[in-house]
Amino acid sequence: MLTLDNVTKTYRTGALGGKAVTAVDRVSFDVRAGEVVSLIGESGSGKSTIGRMILGLTPVTGGSITVAGTPVRPGRAYYRSVQGVFQDPFSCYNPIFKADRVFRLIKETYHPAVPEDEWAERVRAAVCDVRLNPGEVLGKYPHQLSGGQLQRMLIARALLLDLKLLVADEITSMLDASTRVDVLNLLADLKARGLAVLYVTHDLALGAYLAERTVVLWRGAVVERGPTEQVFGDPLHPYTRRLLAAVPRLHAPWEEAPEVRSCLYHDKHHDMGATGGLAEATPGHFVACARLSDCQGDVS
Amino acid sequence: MSLTVTDLRVFYRTLRGEVRALDGVSFAVADGEILGLAGESGCGKTTLGKSLIRLDGRMRHAGGTVELDGRELPIADDRAMNAFRFREVALVPQYSMSALNPTRKIGRMVGELLRSRGETLDRAKLGSRLDQVGLPREVLDRYPIELSGGMKQRVVMVISTLLDPSLLIADEITSALDVSTQKAVARALLGFRDAGHVRSMVFITHDLALTSRIADTIMVMYAGRLAEKAPAKVMTEQPRHPYTRMLVNALPEVGARHTGRRLTGIAGSPPSLLDPPPGCRFRGRCPLADDGCAEQPPVAEVAPGHHVACWKA
Repeated sequence: MLTLDNVTKTYRTGALGGKAVTAVDRVSFDVRAGEVVSLIGESGSGKSTIGRMILGLTPVTGGSITVAGTPVRPGRAYYRSVQGVFQDPFSCYNPIFKADRVFRLIKETYHPAVPEDEWAERVRAAVCDVRLNPGEVLGKYPHQLSGGQLQRMLIARALLLDLKLLVADEITSMLDASTRVDVLNLLADLKARGLAVLYVTHDLALGAYLAERTVVLWRGAVVERGPTEQVFGDPLHPYTRRLLAAVPRLHAPWEEAPEVRSCLYHDKHHDMGATGGLAEATPGHFVACARLSDCQGDVS
Repeated sequence: MSLTVTDLRVFYRTLRGEVRALDGVSFAVADGEILGLAGESGCGKTTLGKSLIRLDGRMRHAGGTVELDGRELPIADDRAMNAFRFREVALVPQYSMSALNPTRKIGRMVGELLRSRGETLDRAKLGSRLDQVGLPREVLDRYPIELSGGMKQRVVMVISTLLDPSLLIADEITSALDVSTQKAVARALLGFRDAGHVRSMVFITHDLALTSRIADTIMVMYAGRLAEKAPAKVMTEQPRHPYTRMLVNALPEVGARHTGRRLTGIAGSPPSLLDPPPGCRFRGRCPLADDGCAEQPPVAEVAPGHHVACWKA
């Protein structure tokens, strides 16, 4: 469904744009239909930039992004099938209008020919699909609804289109523990309809809970990607291991990250061009060379 | 007994009436204890932290007392509290960037701050504290903008605890940080307690997993009241209050998958505190609630150190 091939993004900074900062460095991965892929990284790792490039909000510098075989082309036709949901649900609504106005705007832009009563029925169905009670959320102002309800309404809004790919960028980080699970479970259910979801997060536990496959980013580059069970159960790259060791657990003390002195896959990494610098350790599980990326230093 | 809070009530004045953000909370923190304060947004945990150091203009002290090391804190009197702030009670705020003066180098700012309190800067002490949180001494010659979020947070921690306060309030200090930085900051807090730079600590966070790593005791609040307070291990393994149980069940652990044990959220949302309903405030969302819950449950000690406010616990 979604394919990224050697995607690079550089930003011009400095007084006259004289300096270049590489935010995303030769990133390749794909998301299939009916699959959730989580994109994990710390702040500044380029994970949100990738999401923005897929949504056409910022252009790519190099490489290509294709959705169902066609390149990203921002416009009505593209956004019919590709939509994004972002971190702060409160800033996505105009506080002086009722929250269900987001559905009305979709009708005016994409479905002007649909009769009113049929549209109302579709809205109710979409609201039920995100497991909200239409009577509780329709006709309310944003401040009368919880963050979890608002976030699910934005997903319902996307479902009113012919949605194929959803980019969910930190959509649960502003929600309370008691409501974010509902949003996560909803994303897990949406896969069943053949939707592809790219779940961008810094929270490893949430990423692991949801995704079939995981991509770990470090300073703009992929350090490890593969099936979630393998990336979390048998992390190969020292950065992934350190990240996992830093996650606070409810029932176990903090782990100390095992020191990795040499890269076990160093000889597989010599051909940098063909696999984007990643070696295939086991089928589908790719890892970057631990010697090349000097991540033993302090990144805090 | 280091900190004793008795039936504390703090209300917010609004145009539509008073919001009962903190409605009769009692607890104690012993010497050397780290109390983790957890709960959803709007449960009153930040209000509680702020009441211990400074009530802002909208907040009204509606009753109850706060005692620190045997002396009552005059929390309603902004001026009288000045004698306690920084020396006896110190705060590390969530947004460290807004706590640091952007126009001063860190070293100069610390000096000015101490002079304003009539103290002189002990460079050796400052240096050793920086070493302790893993910061290079060069940060003193840098501007706040030159430091990363985690470094700024640690600088603020060092400044707040320079005068060895009795009580340190840390309000959501790790929420804006990445996991690896979060771990370093949390460890630095533990180090301060172990070295005796602060006697006791109130660590406010919405992250139960993180609290369970550093707190000795965890207190969970709900809608302005205490729901449950227990030693950290008991709280995560055998919570008694239905709310705490559901909250712990809503937390994904690393490695848990939705195809395995599916987590469940808590339906509904907390009641409005403008005119809270009588009785147990969790009643509307609680699967166990019945008519008996229309009466407010008292905080009962069900096991040594384990307090629960629930008829069903």
